[in-house]
Amino acid sequence: MKVFKVSSVELDAMMQEWSKVHRVYAPVLAKQPATSSDCAPGWRRVDGGSALTLSTGPTPASVKSFFFPQPETLLTYTLENNHPDKGLMREPAKSKKMQVVVGVRPCDARSVLLNNLPYQEDPFFQANRQRTALVGFTCEQTLSTCFCSQMGGSPFGSEGLDLAFSRTQDGFIVEVGTAKGEVLMAGLDLAPAEESEISALASRRSTGGKADATELDTLKGSELGRLYDAPMWKSLGESCINCGACTFICPTCYCFDIQDEVVRGQGRRIRYWDSCMFPLYSLHTSGHNPRGQKVQRTRNRFLHKLKYFPDRFGPFSCVGCGRCVQDCPVNIDIREVMSDLLAVE
Amino acid sequence: MISYMPYPVRIDDIVVETEDGNQKTFKLVFEQEAHRKAWHHVPGQFAMLSLAGQGEIPIGIASSPTEEGHLLFTVNRAGKVTTALHQMNIGDRMGVRGPLGNGFPVNKEMNGKNIVIIAGGFAVTTLRATLISLLARRQDYGKITFIYGARTPGMLLYRDELKQWAQREDIDLHVTIDREAPGWDGLVGFVPTIAGEVAPSAENSVALICGPPIMIKFTMPPLEKIGWTDDQVYLSLENRMKCGEGVCCHCNVGPTLVCKDGPVFTRSQVKQLPIEY
Repeated sequence: MKVFKVSSVELDAMMQEWSKVHRVYAPVLAKQPATSSDCAPGWRRVDGGSALTLSTGPTPASVKSFFFPQPETLLTYTLENNHPDKGLMREPAKSKKMQVVVGVRPCDARSVLLNNLPYQEDPFFQANRQRTALVGFTCEQTLSTCFCSQMGGSPFGSEGLDLAFSRTQDGFIVEVGTAKGEVLMAGLDLAPAEESEISALASRRSTGGKADATELDTLKGSELGRLYDAPMWKSLGESCINCGACTFICPTCYCFDIQDEVVRGQGRRIRYWDSCMFPLYSLHTSGHNPRGQKVQRTRNRFLHKLKYFPDRFGPFSCVGCGRCVQDCPVNIDIREVMSDLLAVE
Repeated sequence: MISYMPYPVRIDDIVVETEDGNQKTFKLVFEQEAHRKAWHHVPGQFAMLSLAGQGEIPIGIASSPTEEGHLLFTVNRAGKVTTALHQMNIGDRMGVRGPLGNGFPVNKEMNGKNIVIIAGGFAVTTLRATLISLLARRQDYGKITFIYGARTPGMLLYRDELKQWAQREDIDLHVTIDREAPGWDGLVGFVPTIAGEVAPSAENSVALICGPPIMIKFTMPPLEKIGWTDDQVYLSLENRMKCGEGVCCHCNVGPTLVCKDGPVFTRSQVKQLPIEY
């Protein structure tokens, strides 16, 4: 793998260069208006000027919206009377414009790889993945809500990143992880990183937070019925207000609803983020609801992440970014849920 | 790659099946020959019926793959999309996306076996598709028993075909209604009772049961009494669905996705799942 030295000034210059040919995005740290023209909420378009600033811990908004935009138009059609194509569905052209997301944390980079498992055969997700480059920054500091190592990641991880920047004493070293990363580095005149800097990063990787990933792995072997019937769900379900906040801010919650919308005879079929916290999610037309009680919905979200997803795909559907821990209005903490599950007899 | 694009189809015929007018069978023909050729399904699979401006709904395919050139869907008027569909006319355009799901193992575990089909109410649709498929390869199966019950004679679907099947020597047909009704000289009684009386021995047999949960629940004990096991019994589950392709997560029953892993499961498989269906 190629590793280069980059100063903060050079990093700014690189972003300016990229923004001449690509759409470049950086995280917004302050409160932004809810509407955004072409960016994902929580991200701003970089087009000259402002330097990159990052907060400690995960970016306020996850990278989910670059791969799984909300909403996403699946099909369009006309309902104009007497139009020969009335009711005929058309696939909208998929954007091929390269987007470069700068400031991604290792947890979010892993989330894209995890979401790619269920979305392996989804043409929209794959097209977005094709055209998106992730430029990440490893975490020399973490928050008290961070637990990526417990989920099999690392604050110094480069998995899923096209370019991975890590701090050194006088700037950064950048690892070029993929062909997309090579494209971004093409034509830049940068010095190779020094051996000492590369080995310093390697040693931080090997010592920095190798937590209890193996302990959590025992959940994968636990019998479903035991976890499902555990008494812990009752009290957790009582606290949870089913607001769905955790599901929307979660980088690895990926479920969606599909709806038709028609404005003045022009229709589109869109998909948008849904949440298994809502009763409508599972409601049958007959009125029967398989998860009609809120405890059932709370349990579904956690077991999906910690049991159902691993049963199907292998890894847990959680990267330990801790956003849900930070933002849950009733202070539910997935780390406590995990240790309660590990303690289930 | 999966596709969210339905095949464009035209409504070629509409049959009102039941006396309450709530069940209609839609005969759909593909607008494009290439789509007709690309379509291959097995009985027990479903498809998304797509109405521009309304949405999509998962409906079991009522026609057999042996009925070439068209598809049949019997639809109960219940919600937004089905109500809009019931208002549509012959010649109108709509869409079909699929086929989706696994279907009954007509070419696998069912081969060479005695087949017992037990249907209640309008859950008979995919079982109609199955019976017609079995009859097209009649020599590949043993005895075929078809038990079908509805509330009243006027609530039975496919009444013309039931009459034809009744004439055949190679189907053991039992059609029943819940209570005595004027003009009805057939069986009277609930499906579980009839099943207990007419079901053959469990040896070398497979049962397919579709109906209201309460019917399935009460049909099992009489079968178990004569030696049937859960591995021999196939059920079809339903859940709210959006994508039908195993991505959107809506239809999950614990770790299982009804759209992708089902909708057909053995009763043993269903018993392993949390009751979230």
